[in-house]
Amino acid sequence: MGNKVIEMKGINKSFPGVKALDDVYFDLNAGEVHALVGENGAGKSTLMKILTGIYSMDSGSIMINNNKVNIDTVRDAQKLGIVMIHQELNLMNHLTVAENIFIGREKKRMRIFLDSREQNEKSSEIFAKLNLDINPNIRVGDLTVAKQQMVEIAKALSYDSKILIMDEPTASLTDSEIEDLFRVVKTLRDEGRSIIYISHRLEELKIISDRITVMRDGRYINTVNTQEADIDDVIRMMVGREIFAVKQEPFTKENAPVALKVENLNAGRMVQNVSFYVRQGEILGFAGLVGAGRTEVARAIFAGENYESGDVYIYGKKVKIKNPSDAVKAGIAYLSEDRRRFGLALGMNVDENISMANMKEFSTLSFINFTKSLKNSQKQKEALDIKTPSLKQKVKFLSGGNQQKLVLAKWLSRDSNIIIFDEPTRGIDVGAKSEIYKLLNDLAEQGKAIIVISSELPEIIRICNRVLVMCEGRITGELMGEEIDQNKIMQYAIKRNISNGRLTS
Amino acid sequence: MIKGSISPKMNNKMNKSLRRDISHIAIILGIFVLMILFFFILKPNYLSYDNIMTILLATCVNGLLALGVSFVIFTGGIDISVGCVMTFSSVMSGIALTKWGFSLPLTIVFGFLVGAFCGAVNGFGVTKMFLPPFIATMAMQMITKGLSLVVSGIKPVYFTSAPGYQNIATGNFLGIQGFYNAIIILIVIAVIAYIIFSKTLIGRFALAIGSNEEATRLSGVKVDNWKIAIYSLCGLFAGFGGLIMSSRLNSAQPQLGAGYELEAIAAAVIGGNSLNGGEGSIVGTIIGALIISSLTNGLRIMSVSTELQSAIVGVVLALAVYFDKMRRKNA
Repeated sequence: MGNKVIEMKGINKSFPGVKALDDVYFDLNAGEVHALVGENGAGKSTLMKILTGIYSMDSGSIMINNNKVNIDTVRDAQKLGIVMIHQELNLMNHLTVAENIFIGREKKRMRIFLDSREQNEKSSEIFAKLNLDINPNIRVGDLTVAKQQMVEIAKALSYDSKILIMDEPTASLTDSEIEDLFRVVKTLRDEGRSIIYISHRLEELKIISDRITVMRDGRYINTVNTQEADIDDVIRMMVGREIFAVKQEPFTKENAPVALKVENLNAGRMVQNVSFYVRQGEILGFAGLVGAGRTEVARAIFAGENYESGDVYIYGKKVKIKNPSDAVKAGIAYLSEDRRRFGLALGMNVDENISMANMKEFSTLSFINFTKSLKNSQKQKEALDIKTPSLKQKVKFLSGGNQQKLVLAKWLSRDSNIIIFDEPTRGIDVGAKSEIYKLLNDLAEQGKAIIVISSELPEIIRICNRVLVMCEGRITGELMGEEIDQNKIMQYAIKRNISNGRLTS
Repeated sequence: MIKGSISPKMNNKMNKSLRRDISHIAIILGIFVLMILFFFILKPNYLSYDNIMTILLATCVNGLLALGVSFVIFTGGIDISVGCVMTFSSVMSGIALTKWGFSLPLTIVFGFLVGAFCGAVNGFGVTKMFLPPFIATMAMQMITKGLSLVVSGIKPVYFTSAPGYQNIATGNFLGIQGFYNAIIILIVIAVIAYIIFSKTLIGRFALAIGSNEEATRLSGVKVDNWKIAIYSLCGLFAGFGGLIMSSRLNSAQPQLGAGYELEAIAAAVIGGNSLNGGEGSIVGTIIGALIISSLTNGLRIMSVSTELQSAIVGVVLALAVYFDKMRRKNA
């Protein structure tokens, strides 16, 4: 093995209420492709953001070429030759390829005139070296995503970066594009550059990576040589052994009425032929990787987003839902994964937020009945134990857990029968998590039908009676009772990728 | 009342947020009072009964427009058509009175409806045609400006055929010498605006939409309909402005109008309302309108030229927003 170009030791990073990285170790050799894997929230991106100067670490040390360095800004990272190619490409669509590559460092003639010829030539040189056919004079917006990614890589090379970080580079590529990408990655590696490769597609790692580092729950788990590693072992390391002691009981009220039934729902690329049902009193989980289409299913049902075809039945009655207002009337509630963006009016107070979905009830001829609304808010506050100094408190001053309870209070005020929770405990600390779990159980016992979308497998296992797994817009598996375990879920969640054997090295 | 464990930190936060709400009005009121004192010391006549009434009368049109536009601003939108919509509504009521033979009360109601209709079209453009509020209302500004001129034949429309029309604005309220009807109309409508803002669903949803439109929509609120209602309300207030304006002049002047919308927005902004929406107050808007008119009046008494007055109002506008930003930062 070559010498170490990066060594990160004892990296710690906390966000309010969450320990994102706990004593993490990571090293990178010269001329290797090092895969970094882990579930969502394992801390991969946080670690990489520290390496590229987007976040600063609380403690720990970073050595580059055996020298201790401080990386405080993105600029620092660039100077050290570290460049990250983000999943969402940072290119200006209206500028040409060469203009994008040299943005901020334009080649000039006589100090003031832009020299696009030299820029084009330099860009062509880089592409030639990578054996790519991209016209530097074409507008970036006219290129495919795969080619745009190559432009990002060329940009990194124009800085002469020695270390490239690629975040899910194959997420939106076709198989032949992936082959091109791998070829380029290998060229770079053979030149002596190092690549950190973040991916969910474990079968790719066999082809492209030299070593694999696994992270879980903000901790470093292990690093293995790809040649000797078994993908099943890697999955096991990713999900961990310590499954929550408590596991949800299988659902026993088999003859409880079906509260929500969805048949052959199609809504855009991310929702294809989705059919499922949930019974009154049942907690149904939607597992899968980020981007598997779970949120899209929820939003298609709740807001009619991208709806193409399919039927929705509420207690056996067919309903047409075109907008959230229809869904709310039908008794469906949706708690978004991003409650600050989609769930709360942060600048408004607790009472105003709790009553938001039910203002008809709290007003007469458009005049707000404050007594009634405050009484209900007080009731909800006590029932859900929302910690706030007053109902007039602005919502932005509450903690994540209390904000989540507040959104729930909004829907309970409306007496919704079917409640869809999208990532119910995201950004909520551990203590408040179990409180939310208990609430979910209580609601199910009261006869609500509950759908939980979660990327945290232990959470799914702990709270759901039944689990549907999605992968790339389709339901790929259904698990009940004893069958629900992390490995099974993970296998269904990456089903397409594993069965896709067309990739060759 | 307060149950459960509350950390001192939280209490502190609450005090802060409460303090902020109070300080918001307190600061602009402070500025207002200081300004009045300033003029009063230089020119004691400034606070004579007659001059106060003059200032209040001068506040009327801008105050009414500012009240209407405030509701749109609460949603995070903007309406730059109110000046021309005001003119259009007064021209249309003039036509209705003189050409179509409407009775006086019917004429007045018709003017209001024209204003509200223009507002509704704005709302339609914003919600159903997905136009940015600036564009939708700029289009309306140009449309009403052009139509006012076309309909009137570029000539003022006189209300002389209806005796008493002029008294609507300039008559004395309950016979009190110098206390113009227009002032009482402004006060009554300001109170109504305050009630709409703080007690009804329009006010609640205007703020909710401005605070987080998507969350409001996902709560099952029909955001589009409420927005159309809010823009219509703004147009209705422009109609009120048109009534006062034409009554004071006893005519509808088709060339007038442009520029009033910016002064109205300035009043709302000086009153501490954020153009980002989601927060604000009607009281602030009224004080903002009073600041502008009393400032202009004071400057005029001190024989400052009209041109320079405008420049000074511009400076005050910039400073008011600057202080408001500082206040928010410190809170």
